[in-house]
Amino acid sequence: MFTGFMVNTWIVATVVAVVAGTVGFFVVLRGSSFAAHAVPNAAFAGAAGANLIGASSVGGLLVFAIAGALGISFLSRRGRRDVATALAMVMMLALGALFLSFSNEYASETYSLLFGEVLGVSSSDLLPTAVLAVVAVVAVVLFWRLFLLTSIDPELADVRGVRTSRVELGFLVIVAVVTSMSVPVVGALLIFTLMIGPPAAARSFAADPFVAVLLAVCFSLATVWTAIALSYLTTMPIGFFVGALGATFYLAGRAHAVWSGKRVRAASTPLEKTLRSSMR
Amino acid sequence: MADPASGMMAGTGPPVLELDGIGVWLSGREVLRDVRFGIGPGEVVGLIGANGAGKTTIIRVVLGLLSPTSGRVLIAGRPRPRRNRSVGYVPQKISLDPEMPLRSRDLVALGLDGHRLGVPLPSRRRRELVDEMLRAVGATHFADARVGSLSGGEQQRVMIAHALISRPKLLLLDEPLANLDLRSEQEVVDLVARIAKDQGLAVLISAHDLNPLLPVVDRVVYVANGHVASGTTDEVVTSSVLTELYGHHVDVIRLHGRILVAASPGLSAERGELEDSIDGATAV
Repeated sequence: MFTGFMVNTWIVATVVAVVAGTVGFFVVLRGSSFAAHAVPNAAFAGAAGANLIGASSVGGLLVFAIAGALGISFLSRRGRRDVATALAMVMMLALGALFLSFSNEYASETYSLLFGEVLGVSSSDLLPTAVLAVVAVVAVVLFWRLFLLTSIDPELADVRGVRTSRVELGFLVIVAVVTSMSVPVVGALLIFTLMIGPPAAARSFAADPFVAVLLAVCFSLATVWTAIALSYLTTMPIGFFVGALGATFYLAGRAHAVWSGKRVRAASTPLEKTLRSSMR
Repeated sequence: MADPASGMMAGTGPPVLELDGIGVWLSGREVLRDVRFGIGPGEVVGLIGANGAGKTTIIRVVLGLLSPTSGRVLIAGRPRPRRNRSVGYVPQKISLDPEMPLRSRDLVALGLDGHRLGVPLPSRRRRELVDEMLRAVGATHFADARVGSLSGGEQQRVMIAHALISRPKLLLLDEPLANLDLRSEQEVVDLVARIAKDQGLAVLISAHDLNPLLPVVDRVVYVANGHVASGTTDEVVTSSVLTELYGHHVDVIRLHGRILVAASPGLSAERGELEDSIDGATAV
């Protein structure tokens, strides 16, 4: 399980989990779940296109994911955000279908692009993944306060001279970067699970944004590691385990929220107190 | 109509905020015409008018979110720059998910440096400043609670702390009393008045009902049909001034320290808008 190809898988999956947990926290906070679903679909078309012309699939992912992010941002300023997002997504998905129809390795290719491929990670994927991960994490650290401020109330940020639409665009580009590094491992459909499930669960457990991000990363790592191990041992698809575990974390978060609902006003949850005291 | 000059307060130096003949046209319609008033340090001014009278437009112009078609906004005697942190703003309502992982103290800290790049480094000075601000608005006991889980009045306190922590000279509150129960209303009004006096802050509060603000406002700016009348309550809220402002006969009744503004019967039939305009200003 920890030899040969699998070493690459463990490394890349770990990096993906850390970055997806961090960026996913803001996806949930900003209510951008739908965009986080649409951008990977655009990336999917990019990878399909890149395979077709024999180009690097990470390159294809990156170009199309960023184009999708720009498209969503551009259309959102002129219309309803959800409609714009849906439209951008459907266009990209159609393009992906077209590219795949030209390809002669139709079934397996589609399957791994959509659902990921545990054993598909090669040594040459390590560097691009690492570079994209650093870019995404640096961007989140840089925009940390702006992301928080604009997700509370855009006008609040506007009056302080913050260009809210640019912050939103920057955020979508970060989602595109995370997508591009994650699609080869977990697939276009499942990176979405990783960006939503663990962070949505984490926010039920922690009121402090820092602690919530740390928790999201922990949950995300637990999801990915468990999924790889189970997939390896059972030969069942990794996507199934990522999806199921992501949903489990979310349900656990909901249960915790309901359970502690009667003392919502309590300063912080017990788990959070433990975490914070252990951080000192 | 009250003399616009009475909008200039007693005191020294230029007013903190001065609107000089502001006119606004939006999609071919004149929304504001020749709006002029000023606010001096330590003064609380009520911006009173019905929904749709132009209160929010005035606030957006002062905030720099909307460029006026004519006239000037002066802050401390100078034209308003694009980025201005000498203006604190409390929006009418922020809608936060009760589960959003953001505590009162996080929101207040964002008021200090939320527009900056980078992650805030833990600093004692920053924490003390946030604690001091939370104490000033009486929010200490919910400092670590999620903002989304707070009541309307508590959220207002936190938002006021968020707006004030960068030490602005001017504070704008857009309908801070909407959706508040009577007790919270009283508490928020008292809090704002106390801070204004203590810190020499100029405050503009918009409201559709003047009565809850009566104990604290130094002057009122009454908005109707895109026009304003400004001055002390006694100067502005009179039958003759409001009749001229609305363009129809309006009665002003003072009763046990409260002011009731009502259109004369029969007039509302002439122009539908009058009925609406009057409704908002009426205390029943």
